[in-house]
Amino acid sequence: MSGTTHGHADAPHAPVFTGIVRARLEALFPQYPTKQACLLPALWMVQEDRGWISEPAMAEVADVLGLTPAYVKGVVTFYTMYHTHPVGRHFIQICTTSPCNLCGAEAVMGALLRDTGCGELGATSPDGRFTVAEVECLGACGFATPIMINDDFIESVTPERVAGILQGYK
Amino acid sequence: MGYPHPSHPKETPVLSKHFGDEGARTFDGWVQRGGYAALRKALEMTPEAIVEEVKGSGLRGRGGAGFPTGLKWSFMPKGDGKPHYLVCNADESEPGTFKDREIMRWTPHQLIEGCAIAAYAIGAERCYVYIRGEFTEPLRVMQSAVAEAYARGALGADVFGSGKRIDVVIHRGAGAYICGEETAMMNSIEGRRGNPRIKPPFPAQAGLFAMPTTINNVETLASVPHILNRGGAWYKGLCLGNPKSTGTKLISVCGHVQRPGNYEITMGTSMTELLFDMCGGMKPGRTLKAVIPGGSSVPIMTAAETESCLLDYEGVVACGSMLGSAGMIVMDDSTDMVYQIWRLARFYAHESCAQCTQCREGTAWTTKILERILAGKGKPSDLDLLLSLSENMTGKTICVLSDSCAAPIVSGIQKFRPEFDAYLSGARQPALAMA
Repeated sequence: MSGTTHGHADAPHAPVFTGIVRARLEALFPQYPTKQACLLPALWMVQEDRGWISEPAMAEVADVLGLTPAYVKGVVTFYTMYHTHPVGRHFIQICTTSPCNLCGAEAVMGALLRDTGCGELGATSPDGRFTVAEVECLGACGFATPIMINDDFIESVTPERVAGILQGYK
Repeated sequence: MGYPHPSHPKETPVLSKHFGDEGARTFDGWVQRGGYAALRKALEMTPEAIVEEVKGSGLRGRGGAGFPTGLKWSFMPKGDGKPHYLVCNADESEPGTFKDREIMRWTPHQLIEGCAIAAYAIGAERCYVYIRGEFTEPLRVMQSAVAEAYARGALGADVFGSGKRIDVVIHRGAGAYICGEETAMMNSIEGRRGNPRIKPPFPAQAGLFAMPTTINNVETLASVPHILNRGGAWYKGLCLGNPKSTGTKLISVCGHVQRPGNYEITMGTSMTELLFDMCGGMKPGRTLKAVIPGGSSVPIMTAAETESCLLDYEGVVACGSMLGSAGMIVMDDSTDMVYQIWRLARFYAHESCAQCTQCREGTAWTTKILERILAGKGKPSDLDLLLSLSENMTGKTICVLSDSCAAPIVSGIQKFRPEFDAYLSGARQPALAMA
């Protein structure tokens, strides 16, 4: 898949929940007895649309669902998959928990940091293309080492495969 | 079939029979393979009769706790006039466990059928399937299967013309191990932080949206159609060990074996047969050192303890650990146990919801102490300190995340103490540089 679209931390906030995105959110309301229960899905919609979840976006979600911005921020920061800062066009997650660690995940992580040009975890490559994050168990322990690039789940990654995989993400 | 390997002759493929078979993913494909007959049958039965059949099968919760499924269903109130909910726990996040992922991505209708039957049995019109955020492929497969099930009348306001309503809603998580704990999951669905809740009230009294709720694991629910099709007595007969453990169990095997993957065994199969026949044993020149048999939250077993172990709930307990979710992490003689235990502690420290002091502080400090030991800066008193911390982390918190962190630490120190001592005495070179 292509990368997500990206905003900057200091850009003015253009509302997310208009038009088709608003309609998608409202279609979820009948599936839950409270609007609050649509919070996680609404946050996913923001991230799909903007690549990350800014404070103005949190305030907008709060407004749409009848919550407070502080409450929404509390929820956003609980879950590791929501980005509270802009990230590279292609966000890479690598699992290094014990089962993958036993099978060489740390070497895969080294290759990712080198070949993306990120250099260190959490940093975005100078060309804005990649951000690499080390994450806990991706739930594919029999297919060590799994990585995720955006929504693509890639199994059995070895250091040798890394450069070739990255070529698919411009 | 079987995935990623063809089923081994020693397996009993029931749930995994169509793993790897693309054709099983569609509604028609599933019906051609005998699918949805159980749901049609269930709709002609009373909810009580379904609960009795499941009770008779001996099916126990496959998420890790092993609680009898039929009994759990029977706790749901009757005639209370409130909405009831079924929650399918598809948050599979326990290190070592990757079975529910395969059920969802190969046989989504097997799970949807199980959800529909269970929902009807507990008087629920709605089932939420909570899928962890990282499972993008299972999520897509499940979403399209649910849409197809609605279109074909297997879900909706009038399931197969029975006049009964059953809705299935897919709810995506967003990266939090703790949301696999049932009360944290309910909070997460409600749009809250995934903090576990104090029990009581139990979910059957006041669960999701404060209504009576049953939460079952993916594998548990996927087993239900087979029990209705072939009878509780058939399922109960699938037993090679203790009669309290019946049916088949998907065992996820990872780490240092030749053929990692999911293996569906009859309860009571020996661990040695699984590791050495089905999984092909260790890599050439290597020997087995340790196994964490039930996902990372259970005590570590030594190679000697695995030799006589039968894979069922009682058999693994008798050998010093627990079957849990049956995610087996296998370690050969090249493994640095101290390093791996530190890596597990780091997992729990990262995943603690930080609600309870014993867990928030305990997981963080055990990680730091293990780090210090690995950096060659440990103190002779550190092992006693770790054991004392672990004691304070066990049985004292709202949920068992803290206990889960303590289990590998305590068993690791008890069973592999010389490896810790080697770091403490300087006999072993530091494995970590340290702050």
